[in-house]
Amino acid sequence: MIEAVIKKDLGSFKLDVAFTAGDEILALLGGSGCGKSLTLRAIAGIITPDSGYIAVNGRVFFDSEHGINLPPQKRHVGLLFQNYALFPTMTVLQNIMTGVRTGTRAQRRAAAEEAAERFQLQGLEDRLPSELSGGQQQRAALARIMVGRPELLMLDEPFSALDSHLRDRMEREVTAVLRDFGGTTLLVSHSRDEVFRMADSIAVYNAGQIDAIGEKHELFRDPGTLTAAMLTGCKNFSAVSHLRHENGRTVFTADDWGMELSVRGEKTGDIAGLRRHYAELADAPGENTYQMEVVSVLEDPFEYVVFLRRPGFDGKPFEWAVTKKEYAALPKGRLLLRFPDEALMLLEE
Amino acid sequence: MQELLDIFRSLDWSPLWISLKTGVVATILCFFLGLWAARGVLRLGSRARAVIDGFLTLPMVLPPTVAGFFLLLIFSLRRPFGSYLYHEMGIKVVQTWLGCIIAASVIAFPLMYRNARAAFEQVDENLIYAGRTLGMSEGEIFRRVVIPTARPGIVSGAILTFARALGEYGATSMLAGNIAGKTGTISQKIATAIVQNGDYVTAGIWVAVVMLIAFGIVVLMNLTTGGKRERRW
Repeated sequence: MIEAVIKKDLGSFKLDVAFTAGDEILALLGGSGCGKSLTLRAIAGIITPDSGYIAVNGRVFFDSEHGINLPPQKRHVGLLFQNYALFPTMTVLQNIMTGVRTGTRAQRRAAAEEAAERFQLQGLEDRLPSELSGGQQQRAALARIMVGRPELLMLDEPFSALDSHLRDRMEREVTAVLRDFGGTTLLVSHSRDEVFRMADSIAVYNAGQIDAIGEKHELFRDPGTLTAAMLTGCKNFSAVSHLRHENGRTVFTADDWGMELSVRGEKTGDIAGLRRHYAELADAPGENTYQMEVVSVLEDPFEYVVFLRRPGFDGKPFEWAVTKKEYAALPKGRLLLRFPDEALMLLEE
Repeated sequence: MQELLDIFRSLDWSPLWISLKTGVVATILCFFLGLWAARGVLRLGSRARAVIDGFLTLPMVLPPTVAGFFLLLIFSLRRPFGSYLYHEMGIKVVQTWLGCIIAASVIAFPLMYRNARAAFEQVDENLIYAGRTLGMSEGEIFRRVVIPTARPGIVSGAILTFARALGEYGATSMLAGNIAGKTGTISQKIATAIVQNGDYVTAGIWVAVVMLIAFGIVVLMNLTTGGKRERRW
């Protein structure tokens, strides 16, 4: 459980965020330099916010109003650094021992040895960090953190330093560790896929602020803002006009695509988003169903991206992604496409 | 040849021992003071850091005689502090081996301090942050993380400090003088041998000794800090 209100003015950049999270994995998703790592650092006590309030499991770390600011040593949180920050002159076992907070030397050594085994580092205890592979380094850094039984876990871009084939494997391993941990975890990432696979909830960062926060399925269904929609992987956007509510649906004109579309519920917004995976071939005319002409096609490793436009309309084409199998079965010439509710979203700037 | 052997046999080797002793003691002194000062300076705000750093680096950029001037200003028996030290506490700095050590230390200190500081600055700050979040105290982080990680820079700083302290001339001659067997260092011996006696043979022997030591030091430094890097060209 964490409650955080953090304000920090760095001149050219202002961080101003507030969020709470229970015993879950909350991902902080956003581009580089948007304040995600800074948030983790403020919670860990590495930087001091200008003002705000930070409490973990009811213990106040920072409270600018009451002049409380615990040193990092007393916060008892685990922070996995992007480069792991293993101490280069210490062996793996010595590194892990630095994370053990109590006990005699023999007890601490035993705890570290046990952690080394749990994180599959047997036989590597006497190696230096530079003699380990990237995945082993990450395990050692995690072991060093977990051996101290932290109250909160924070991972800063945990897989960015790994090769892609190692990344998938470490992602599964780390996810298992996090599920086993059971407390609050904050995961900083710029990868939408990683975040969706690992986290329960997502906070979308944009220029030092949280644009949207919520359960991941909800957030992907209805991101709310343009930035959040882009971060969830929505590729097509259009200006919206003539928005009105009819029979429990919201009807609007997507100006850039030259289509009148509708979505379930009474919504508002200035921008329409169209997910590129959701459009489907239709047999007959109907709601949200239009004739489309293919402008161009791009081949990805496992799918085709088809650029579509209404015949005779001069707007910008939008993307539709289809599997290679579906693409092969597409009829020649114009396509009759239907855009179901889950393909469409209404967004604020 | 026989002549040279005779000279070697009759040579007074005391300057070598005085210089070596001075170098060792001054290096030990500078080592601890330099590490302490480097750590302290890095914990200051940027403005205070610039000023204090300038002050600590001065002995390196000023002529050693200027340092000698200030040292005499402090320690001369005719000045208040020096007189107090001598008459009240029985400590005499001028014309003594203690003067050699103080002069060499003051001149060589910036080399230790600046090398240590640069080495500390090279340490990835995430290591320090990681230490803090893991619950290590600041002192523990400094001893167990910063110093070991900065070791190559600290070692080369210590070696340079030793080399500089070993060869110190200007400030030493002013503060400690050139008393044979007491404060007469190799550098001073070389100067007096030539200037006063025109004795190029004795001076040459000492020059060879100094060059040998200096070369040995630089090679030692390259071996300790060069690592196992591949040839580049």
